[in-house]
Amino acid sequence: MMRFMLLFSRQGKVRLQKWFNAIGDKERKKITRELVSLVLSRRPKMCNFLDWKDYKVVYKRYASLFFCCAIEESDNELLALEVIHRFVEILDKYFGSVCELDIIFNFEKAYFILDEFLLAGEIQESSKNKVLRAVENSDALQEENQEAEATRSILEEFGLS
Amino acid sequence: MPTVSSRGDAMRGLAVFISDIRNCKSKEAESKRINKELANIRSKFKGDKTLDGYSKKKYVCKLLFIFLLGHDIDFGHMEAVNLLSSNKYTEKQIGYLFISVLVSSNSDLMKLIIQNIKNDISSPKPVHVNLALHCIANIGSAEMSEAFGQEVPKLLVSAHASESVKQSAALCLLRLIRTLPDAMTYAEWASRVIHLLNDQHMGVVTSAASLIHTLSQLSPGDYKGCVSLAVSRLSRIVTSTYTDLQDYTYYFVPAPWLSVKLLRLLQCYPVPEEPAVRGRLVECLETILNKCQEPPKSKKVQHSNSKNAVLFEAINLIIHIDSEPNLLVRACNQLGQFLQHRETNLRYLALESMCLLAGSEFSADAVKKHRETVINALKTERDVSVRQRAVDLLYAMCDKTNSEEIVAEMLAYLKKADYAIREEMVLKVAILSEKYASDYTWYVDTILQLIRVAGDYVSEEVWHRVIQIVINRDDAQGYAAKTVFENLQAPACHENMVKVGGYILGEFGNLIAGDERSSPLVQFNLLHSKFHLCTPSTRALLLSTYIKFINLFPEIKQTIQNVLQNDNQLRNADVELQQRALEYSQLSSITSQDVLATVLEEMPPFPERESSILAKLKKKKPASVQAIEKEEEKMKKSPPSIENHVNVPKEVPANTNSVDLLGLSTPPATPQQSTNSLLVDVFGSVDQPVAPKPESNISKSETAGSVDPEAAQNKSNLLFSRFLFKNSGVLFENNLIQVGVKCEFKEHTGRVGLFFGNKTGNQLQNFSASVSMGADLQGKVNIAPQKEAPTQIDGGAQVQHFVNLECITFFSGSPNLQLRYQHASTPQQVTLKLPVIINKFMEGTNMPAADFFNRWKQLGQPVQETQKIFQANHPIDTEAAKTKLTGFGMSVLINVDPNPDNLVGSGIVKTKTSQIGCLLRLEPNKEAKMYRLTVRSSVGEVAALLCTMLEEHF
Repeated sequence: MMRFMLLFSRQGKVRLQKWFNAIGDKERKKITRELVSLVLSRRPKMCNFLDWKDYKVVYKRYASLFFCCAIEESDNELLALEVIHRFVEILDKYFGSVCELDIIFNFEKAYFILDEFLLAGEIQESSKNKVLRAVENSDALQEENQEAEATRSILEEFGLS
Repeated sequence: MPTVSSRGDAMRGLAVFISDIRNCKSKEAESKRINKELANIRSKFKGDKTLDGYSKKKYVCKLLFIFLLGHDIDFGHMEAVNLLSSNKYTEKQIGYLFISVLVSSNSDLMKLIIQNIKNDISSPKPVHVNLALHCIANIGSAEMSEAFGQEVPKLLVSAHASESVKQSAALCLLRLIRTLPDAMTYAEWASRVIHLLNDQHMGVVTSAASLIHTLSQLSPGDYKGCVSLAVSRLSRIVTSTYTDLQDYTYYFVPAPWLSVKLLRLLQCYPVPEEPAVRGRLVECLETILNKCQEPPKSKKVQHSNSKNAVLFEAINLIIHIDSEPNLLVRACNQLGQFLQHRETNLRYLALESMCLLAGSEFSADAVKKHRETVINALKTERDVSVRQRAVDLLYAMCDKTNSEEIVAEMLAYLKKADYAIREEMVLKVAILSEKYASDYTWYVDTILQLIRVAGDYVSEEVWHRVIQIVINRDDAQGYAAKTVFENLQAPACHENMVKVGGYILGEFGNLIAGDERSSPLVQFNLLHSKFHLCTPSTRALLLSTYIKFINLFPEIKQTIQNVLQNDNQLRNADVELQQRALEYSQLSSITSQDVLATVLEEMPPFPERESSILAKLKKKKPASVQAIEKEEEKMKKSPPSIENHVNVPKEVPANTNSVDLLGLSTPPATPQQSTNSLLVDVFGSVDQPVAPKPESNISKSETAGSVDPEAAQNKSNLLFSRFLFKNSGVLFENNLIQVGVKCEFKEHTGRVGLFFGNKTGNQLQNFSASVSMGADLQGKVNIAPQKEAPTQIDGGAQVQHFVNLECITFFSGSPNLQLRYQHASTPQQVTLKLPVIINKFMEGTNMPAADFFNRWKQLGQPVQETQKIFQANHPIDTEAAKTKLTGFGMSVLINVDPNPDNLVGSGIVKTKTSQIGCLLRLEPNKEAKMYRLTVRSSVGEVAALLCTMLEEHF
């Protein structure tokens, strides 16, 4: 299973973090700090895998963002690399050529997407279309709400509610 | 699809806030902006006006964002929980998100959260059910396992649940099982869960495969039916064309995720016995191997990655089956191709997988054919992690025929190897050279070369081992003496070389003394020329060599005695050196040659035992030793649990006693630190807890002028905490008074001697010292002063006061000592804790290993055990830990725990009314700088208390 996933920028700013098992906040911060600096110190073209503490770390850089995940000893490194890629593809399709800013401003969406894709550290749905459909369905619910909201506020404005 | 902008509008305030943060020019500005926002949110949450759902959602979201920036959030949880009961999906969704990210499983709000989840999980709307399931899967507390352990499996096998609900339910259940593995095996669900592998919907199968994998590990018997289903599903996937599976084909590879999960699931079971199933499985594996020879369908790296991911997992399964020679050899050839692939990732993985293949009798030879390529990788790879894998593989493929070449290559590489892997390489070279030594001259040469090339990384185990072997092998001794003598002649030689040289010449110097170039005096002068450059531990060893020389070579007795009797030795500040010099010089002057010869007889052979080096490597990298073990013999695996060792006494490896056998009683000063953890060190210090206990030792701050009360308190806490391990010392000191303590304890009684020293030139008047007990000690401890405490202390004088005490029954805490006195007509008051702690009434007990294990087992009830896992506060040092435990009152039992780094101890707490047996086990993890401490006692409270007391001292 995947233990955690971190997204961070070239400057080391964490943009998204997802922990799949219970680790204390302090320990999380420590892991993040150490791992971010370790990955940033590696040169391009080096191997995408690292043996680090009890984890196997798999990372890949997409433009300005590093996607980094820790998996268990018996997990498959190459496939973890493709988990990252599939996640990037889904984000890309959803946001329409995704960039770091999309993830900063819509971090909650990124989390929702991740929950549809990975759950409990395992792949829940590997089909890109199915994940996107699930996320869009919930967006649709949001819009219904918004319309209701908008109507209500107009009514309020006119003192009709 | 909706556009991003329309979604962004959903919470304009949030977007504005994020922009503000991004526009902050400095860290300070950012903090300021955040604090302003936090204050704003706090006031909104506190305000009288009830917030509408939208605002709540917006503010909760802002808090989440602030948290993700790395700030602590200590409010808003309640508002997030309120959002859960909103009937608007998006509010609910944000509430769940906040809880998943920010609420820990032991939160007070858990009951409320669980209630809300209960409502949603039984909602008719699948989206709400899904949100609830995701939340459980994200938090997964034990409480949730209890609350939903029966509910979730129903959803999983329900005929009505939608596919996405089933998918979530499968993984949600997986999380619950991981949280409480013992509580649920779901044997009654087994057949229905297994049949999910046949589900039409690939997403359901993918999720279910993970769940079944874990369940199969937990209770293989109940789930063994999954094997044939998994084989047939796998077979359908690998034989499909890439259009068959539509969405589930990833870059022309059919369902790589599901394939890998199925291949891993099959590794939980032995190869299927039914010929048809087995045949089908072999066919699948062959097909996967064949596909790798086909031209790629795409040039994209995703295509090759996912194809190879399946291939590597198939190879893992082939290795697991380990009975299909044809497949093993094909796998090996395939990996051989990857060894020279231009993708670094593939080279890395090929080296890693080959390590496993080297352990199988069918493929070991095929692996060895790649020796040159691997050696080449060691020399040319630019990435240290890949070189590390090459070292591992060389180690795994080493045998009698190629050992000289491999060891030579590793030695050559060692000179320029990365610091991070040097220590491990040294261990590996040492093990290989010992294991495959056909003649011992080669072994001795190799180890000495190891010390020359990488002396700093040669750990104690390594140089102890070479000495053990030389002593046990008559045929190696003369050569060893000659070679160390030559090596010592180098102008700069490593201290480890001096240690080995000193020891070996002391034992076997006579074998080369016939040659005048290495006559006794020459040998002595050579060693002594290094003496002054060495650390005390090495000097101590050399002194032992000198006394052995007096026995071996009576002709240089006088020269040596002069050295021993020199003031540099006899008055050395180091007690150990002083004592050795004095004793040795006396021994040599007053005893007859016969007595001397008996005392200093040649060392008897060491008992044969598992190499201490192997034990060390095993601990460092359990996986990498497996291959070599497997080949050697079907050694029983040794999980680090005491119980498993009760019946395997032969596995007791060398313990650190060898230090004493080698004549070193002071622990050497430089423990080899793995440089791997450099980063840990740099950052680690930030989180290290500091020693002083938070509890207050001085209840009222003293008014002693310049003394900073907090510092004084810390210091006094520190002083107090040391008394856990010793019985006398300074308990308290300020610029007026010093309080010393000397305690004696016998069984359940004790006497505390208090010494009050007046540090000023004036009399301390109206002095009083009274011992009092809190309510928690009443009736548990009796205290009686021997006579009245003195009422004044003259300037510069010291007065004594004795208190007798008796432990009636188990207690926690300590009595208080209240001092009052008047200095310069100002009344002063100090309250201290007396170092009368429950462990003082503990007496160590020695017992043989078998008794220990019996008692350990007898104390097996959960209430009788307390276990803590914690970060080491001090450098991990077995000797120091032993001393502490002994000081604490425990007997440290030797040769009980198979792992020499672990300590076990036992003791009995003796109170007037009962005797309470306590057993302890302390297991260090040097890499993680952590300890696991387990205390068992017939009285659970005692175990808990001792554990807490000891925790912060290691």
